[in-house]
Amino acid sequence: MSDELTCQASGIAGRVARVIAKTQHIPVESITIDSTFEQLKIDSLDGINILFAIEGEFDIDIPDDAARQIRSVREMVEGIEKLLAAKT
Amino acid sequence: MTRRVAVTGIGVISALGRSRGEFWDALKSARCGIGPMTLVPAGSVRFENGAEVPDYRAANYFEEKEAAMLDRFAQFALIAAREAVADSGIAFDDALGEASAVVTGSCLGGKTTEDEGFRGLYELKSTRFPPLSIPKAMANAGASRISLEYGIRGPVYTISTACSSANHAIGQAFWMVRGGVVEAAIAGGSEAPFSLGVLKAWEAMRVVSPDTCRPFSKDRRGLILGEGAAMLVLESLERARARGARVYGEIAGFGMSSDAFHLTQPLAAGAARAMRAALYDARIEGPAIGYVNAHGTGTPANDPAEVEAIRAVCGDRVLVSSTKSMHGHALGAAGAIEAAATLLALDNELIPPTANFTEADPACNLDVVPNIARTAAVEWALSNSFAFGGLNAALVFRRL
Repeated sequence: MSDELTCQASGIAGRVARVIAKTQHIPVESITIDSTFEQLKIDSLDGINILFAIEGEFDIDIPDDAARQIRSVREMVEGIEKLLAAKT
Repeated sequence: MTRRVAVTGIGVISALGRSRGEFWDALKSARCGIGPMTLVPAGSVRFENGAEVPDYRAANYFEEKEAAMLDRFAQFALIAAREAVADSGIAFDDALGEASAVVTGSCLGGKTTEDEGFRGLYELKSTRFPPLSIPKAMANAGASRISLEYGIRGPVYTISTACSSANHAIGQAFWMVRGGVVEAAIAGGSEAPFSLGVLKAWEAMRVVSPDTCRPFSKDRRGLILGEGAAMLVLESLERARARGARVYGEIAGFGMSSDAFHLTQPLAAGAARAMRAALYDARIEGPAIGYVNAHGTGTPANDPAEVEAIRAVCGDRVLVSSTKSMHGHALGAAGAIEAAATLLALDNELIPPTANFTEADPACNLDVVPNIARTAAVEWALSNSFAFGGLNAALVFRRL
């Protein structure tokens, strides 16, 4: 439950969850910080769609090699944090 | 009526040069045609490299007015067709013109022309569109122009099945000649993907390598886009021999399948079904195949699935190489450029290598002829093409 709350919060995790929910057309409540892409039924095509939306949401550029490693919401959030830190 | 089908002419324009001779010289010496893209502004897309036709100037091939009527992809189609027809020595007189076909493949058609027109509309706020855009951009522009050039008045059409387009096109032409529907055919494919709109779309697919193309190598990072065209002249073996034509080899079988699985994820079973269908069409068994010119894009997903399919169909002793490591992935032209490579390999008894190979990948465990061409007198060869949309095609070639 606390994991769900993390994703619904206004921080990076919450924004990531909302982007995934919108792109995948699934309820945001179904996404937790520990959700894997497999659990969320995110395949390779969904993945590039989500990356595209995430880049827009956070105004960042996610390199292909880094993108390939991301398999879960937590990895996505951590990756975004790193890219945002590098930006400032 | 079933006839044997000979290839008597080959024309190629690609990143490896603007002729068949330059193409083969590069393939046998593992010279890679991949380098920094010049057709779009540097830094405008995430990846820097492409496989562009070197030193291409339309004015070297066409009158100014003619060049203005043809998108780059159609120019390439015509240039390759002219080389193939001259090479074969075939004369399309009135009767043969009526009894011949042109079948081409192209994934994108004249997207460069469209991209320029859309830029005028959206960015430069023009309220008008260049009037030749429709006939320049149509996917059959190359096929129609070839038909006009030689007076070929039988079946003329274009197949657009993404990266399998040219393989499908050659297969259809092969079946028409074999079945006696036509006497001769010009078949192949052409592509010109280097316009900003197209490249940005590929960038978002995240399948293009940031450096080079390393098929089957453990450190492969994706495909490299390529441009160009290849055309073959097909005719019955009987006709070819009667007129004393040089025969590069025979097209002996063609097979197709659809994965019905996923739009972009490869499926080994689907690829294997196309290969088996081609072998059945040629009435041979998998282990007879001595060389496979692989689809071999160099993406993390394609190569292991293709190796699994090849092992299942042909066994583990077959030689496999991806010439995309040198001429890039020319999308709807790929199947034709690779058919040309396969025929030249059989004819010269030399297997072109997989270039840029650095490290073996246990998931791609076959002899991929790394970096150095291999002398081998192979009788039967396969050329694979697998497309987004799950569409697979395979051609069987035979050395004569």
